[in-house]
Amino acid sequence: MSRTVAITGNGAIAEAMRQINPDVVAAFPITPSTQVVEDFSQFVADGLVSTELVTVESEHSAMSACIGAAAAGGRVMTATSSCGMALMWEMLYVAASQRQPVVMTLVNRALSGPINIHADHSDSMGARDAGWLQLYSEDNQEAYDNLVMAPRIAEHLDIRLPVMVCLDGFIISHAVQTMKLEDDEAVRRFIGKFIPVYPLLDCAHPVTIGALDLQDYYIEHKRAQHQAIMSAKRVVQEISDEFAKSFGRNYGLFEAYRLEDAERVIVAINSVAGEVKEVVDALREKGEKVGLLKIRLFRPFPYEQIREALSGAKIVTVLDRSCSFGAYGPLFTEIRTALYDLPQKPMVYNRVYGLGGRDMLMNDIEAIFAESKQYQQNETVDKVFDFIGVRGD
Amino acid sequence: MPSIQEMAKKQGALAGGHRMCAGCPAPIFAKMLTRVTDYRIVVGSATGCLEVASSIFPFSAWRVPWIHTAFECAAATMSGVESMYRSLKKQGKLDGKIKFVVTGGDGGTYDIGLQSLSGAMERGHDLLYICYDNGAYMNTGVQRSGATPFGASTTTSPGGKLVPGKQQQRKDLTTILVAHHLGYVAQASIHNPIDLANKMKKGIENNGPSFLNILCPCIPGWKIAADMAVEMARHAVETCYWPLYEVENGVYTINYEPKEPQPVADWMFLQGRFKHLKDPKWKYAVEELQRQVDEHWGWLHRQAQLTS
Repeated sequence: MSRTVAITGNGAIAEAMRQINPDVVAAFPITPSTQVVEDFSQFVADGLVSTELVTVESEHSAMSACIGAAAAGGRVMTATSSCGMALMWEMLYVAASQRQPVVMTLVNRALSGPINIHADHSDSMGARDAGWLQLYSEDNQEAYDNLVMAPRIAEHLDIRLPVMVCLDGFIISHAVQTMKLEDDEAVRRFIGKFIPVYPLLDCAHPVTIGALDLQDYYIEHKRAQHQAIMSAKRVVQEISDEFAKSFGRNYGLFEAYRLEDAERVIVAINSVAGEVKEVVDALREKGEKVGLLKIRLFRPFPYEQIREALSGAKIVTVLDRSCSFGAYGPLFTEIRTALYDLPQKPMVYNRVYGLGGRDMLMNDIEAIFAESKQYQQNETVDKVFDFIGVRGD
Repeated sequence: MPSIQEMAKKQGALAGGHRMCAGCPAPIFAKMLTRVTDYRIVVGSATGCLEVASSIFPFSAWRVPWIHTAFECAAATMSGVESMYRSLKKQGKLDGKIKFVVTGGDGGTYDIGLQSLSGAMERGHDLLYICYDNGAYMNTGVQRSGATPFGASTTTSPGGKLVPGKQQQRKDLTTILVAHHLGYVAQASIHNPIDLANKMKKGIENNGPSFLNILCPCIPGWKIAADMAVEMARHAVETCYWPLYEVENGVYTINYEPKEPQPVADWMFLQGRFKHLKDPKWKYAVEELQRQVDEHWGWLHRQAQLTS
């Protein structure tokens, strides 16, 4: 039986980890994901899981230990944020290239500097080329659900790649929301048994993992890695459909919110989507044809499906909660690329918001739709790129 | 402990056909890993000479399960492997006993990997970390490390007109590891196979974390002939530059006392990396290395007396 509970995003993540009961967790605490590691440590101390918890001395060692543990032949999880993942950077690539199905919760937080502990996506967006699948979460429920699905996706034999589940720091990680926790047994049934592939601990069949790979083979391996992650689009949808059958909540690669006849669309990612939905509803009441496309799977990026979903739009505003200094926002770049092949291209422009946890208010979103209305009427976009709600010039 | 003859009959952990330099002594200890113990072992290596030269895809010289992830995290990687082993064992998903060994050069151990090594040791994983100390970042072409001796010329501490090689005292890593309160810490040399085998066996079979620092002269880095590595290691021990000792649960034992310690200069001037110090104006550098060696040798004896 599922239970309806009031719980923080971090608490929900820790509960999912308890239910998944990974063989090894290696983690180093960092704000705002700390509660995940703290709660899980308590589960270990109380004997609620059979996990070996490795309380490493840094995030670099956390990811290194995760890779080693996964290579040894079992289910492995971790959690981090911001600079913690930045310290893992080198090892993120190693985890993906060794095809280790590590599952990591990333509670999104701004990267230093200046040091800041609040939400933005500079951490995960910077890691978008590391070879990890990235799932984003609007709220506590979606974060929990994504994490329950993540081991299935990571361990799928067609993929066998690490998965990162992202949720916004404080806004989701620390906010108490009412949500459903599924039954432990039902979750464990859904996850199933871990199937080791060439485990290091099989001494009768010794394997070499992490060999030096030079010009004569490296690019073939990189192509294989790319092909594996591309096939994840299909697998993520299959497992999401299976999840819906088991637990009743439906997830696609993205969420098309009131998009069918929408002319003006916001594309957004993570918690701000909830606010955009409210504004969309209010404007729909007034007869405005507005909608939201909420990204769930950012890596691999579902170009074709998003192109199809936005093919009827007249103007698209892409909201990025990170800044790719010297370039357009990372989400914008993908969306504009996806739209390029449409014969009738919608206008598309980019707004950066919420860096370092700056609030995005309802009237900010109303102002975005007002601006897109103006652009639509003028049939031109004045500013392709701008920041929202920033003081001064 | 099996005899050398008996050990030689067992298959080594490292197969022939690896691509280490001619005359490199590091494969000696790598091969011995399976010969000194009857336990099954899993090995992890830091990026470095032994790693790159033993695993060029699609070949591998390793006859045992082996993993490499990156330079600074071999101990962390293996702490993950060992933790998974304990997890699967306690859940009844795995049978039999396995022991874990990590290898790293002085770059991956003294310097960039020191944090992850310290963390793994403090956490108490059941593994032996073996540092093969060749005294510089040899894999990338002889750059100075925390293990490079005073006065040695490397590509980043070259002997020049103004500066005669490295101007800092080498780090005493073995003592840093002793400070982790381990069951077993030792220094060995590649020239003494019986002492080395004993220490490898003790380290592997010790219950909990242990550390072994092995002096491994480097042919191109020390600028010596390809048949001189073992001799250079022996000579280093005879000068007391590299004492053979072990620390078991805090108790120091000096395993070898040279009858008459040789001057460090005799050892130095057999190596091209110290050649520049033959110029009389750099006499102080030769004396300084001798002073450091004497001081450490005396300190080590006091430790042995204090803890006996």
